[in-house]
Amino acid sequence: MPISAFLTDPSVCIGCKACEVACKEWNQIPDDGFEWYGQSYDNTHALGASTWRHVLFLEQKQPMGSQLAGTDEPFRWQFLSDVCKHCANAGCLEACPTGAIVRTEIGSVYVQPDVCNGCGYCIVSCPFGVIDRRSTEGLAFKCTFCYDRQAAGLMPACAKACPTQSIQFGEINDLRQRAKTRVEQLQQRGYEDAQVYDPQQTSVGGIHAFFVILGKPEEYNFPPAPQVPTIHLKTAWTYALASAAALLLVVCGAFFL
Amino acid sequence: MKNIDQLERATEARLDALRDEAARNGQVQTAGIKPSGSPLPQSRAEEGYYGNPLLKPPVWTWQVPLYFFAGGVAGAAANIAFVAHALGRDPSLVRMALWIALSGAVASAPLLIADLGRPSRFLNMLRVFKLRSPMSVGAWTLAVFSSAVGLAVVCQETVLRGYTNDVLLALRWVAEAAGALTGLVLLSYTSVLLAVSAIPVWSENRQLLPLHFVASALGASAGILELLGFLNPATNGMAFVAAAVETCLAVSIEMRGRPVDAPVREGRVGWLIRAAGTLTGPLPLLLRIFFARTFGVRRVASVCFILGGLLSRYAWIAAGRVSARDSKILFDLQRGKT
Ligand code: SF4
Repeated sequence: MPISAFLTDPSVCIGCKACEVACKEWNQIPDDGFEWYGQSYDNTHALGASTWRHVLFLEQKQPMGSQLAGTDEPFRWQFLSDVCKHCANAGCLEACPTGAIVRTEIGSVYVQPDVCNGCGYCIVSCPFGVIDRRSTEGLAFKCTFCYDRQAAGLMPACAKACPTQSIQFGEINDLRQRAKTRVEQLQQRGYEDAQVYDPQQTSVGGIHAFFVILGKPEEYNFPPAPQVPTIHLKTAWTYALASAAALLLVVCGAFFL
Repeated sequence: MKNIDQLERATEARLDALRDEAARNGQVQTAGIKPSGSPLPQSRAEEGYYGNPLLKPPVWTWQVPLYFFAGGVAGAAANIAFVAHALGRDPSLVRMALWIALSGAVASAPLLIADLGRPSRFLNMLRVFKLRSPMSVGAWTLAVFSSAVGLAVVCQETVLRGYTNDVLLALRWVAEAAGALTGLVLLSYTSVLLAVSAIPVWSENRQLLPLHFVASALGASAGILELLGFLNPATNGMAFVAAAVETCLAVSIEMRGRPVDAPVREGRVGWLIRAAGTLTGPLPLLLRIFFARTFGVRRVASVCFILGGLLSRYAWIAAGRVSARDSKILFDLQRGKT
């Protein structure tokens, strides 16, 4: 099977939230409150157990390429549809003690809801703060990459619904190439800070849902250098077992006092 | 099901409430809106997306720190029992330590299960064995440990009642050794569980946490034995070493001054960590140095250490929640700025 990927390109996103709605409808996700955060037109706040696509509304005092904002101060307004990154080395998958989280044949990271027992370890193991536990079911949920739709030869609901092709879906190498071309294009047009967000140099080893962004990853709440937590296994276990061995020695020694 | 009409009314009502609050205070607390001055909240790069947390906080409830404590005590007690038995020391101490180990194990499982989102699926923990998942290693360790100390207690009580043969004695040794060995993993893996995570204050303390959890387990185990009347030089020695290690760790947390340690140094959680550090570190240490021969004071030192150990497990989980909220430190860490 070819490896699927998402390329999300905020430079053409119009913030219509069709992806959020399509995702909710197809996956029958319950509502997660109707809150107004006062953060531009964002009313879903962050990805979570019941928000698998989240459109960021980024208002900043910064110029945007050569665009004229018509305001006194420089101003830019961007939209970006965030999603689970389907990491090549996924923290959630590594942490899962039940084997509920698996790597599928299309390269995505999938949580089997009939196996998960809601231990919560994946939540603190995701370097992107994506996966969460839904209190009603007590299970961990996140984007499924529309595994069911893809199995039936359909593209994910969000990509299908996106009216501007801001969410593109396809084979990973094709999309990586397309992302590169798009960044070059944007840079030529004066968006000098355009770049691909796809941390391939860190232990996460690249993601299957990458983004074309303007400016720094931090502005989109993307970690600049995400690490899969299991890189700490060696140090932590070494210290743990060494300390435990020391405990045994102390106990032995104490009986000769 | 709410219908659209109700939803709309609820949304409008919420908007009105927010407007009211904004008019009254010039600011809306929950959402951080500042309507006075700027109609447009601005997002600043250093804070991430409107300063919203990047990471998700742990969902673990009070059962988890309690389990960390119970598992730690049980693991250490199994080792004390095994060593005391192997060295031919006081059989009543061996017996009591084994019972403490079993009680800790028996208390651990329900605590761990109660914290699951789906307690009825706890057996799924033993569906696979994943060496790379500390949670999986821990679940298996607890299962083997509980069986081992359970068997050891059964053998021991049978032997004490006068029914004895070579097989039973051998079985008892095997069970005790297995309990001690898995006990060493049980009392230390919980620190690995925290260290191997995306939460900065936990993963950046991947060297300190194991030492702290192990010392805390030893001191609490010895303390419980002392409270149960085993006030001998051995328990005093173990408790003394534990308190000395804890003192060093408490001092190092204060001295290092790393920004990533802010959650364990500042605010409410910082004070909890400090209180716990005092209760397990300098306080019992001084008491044991100056009043080593006064049994009453040693009991007080034990109580301090046990309370401190409990408090510190709780505080470290709480620190994780604080740490998950601070994206700025995470950005600095990943940019290599600290
Ligand atoms: S982004 Fe988080 S939830 Fe998604 S695959 Fe990576 S670790 Fe798992």
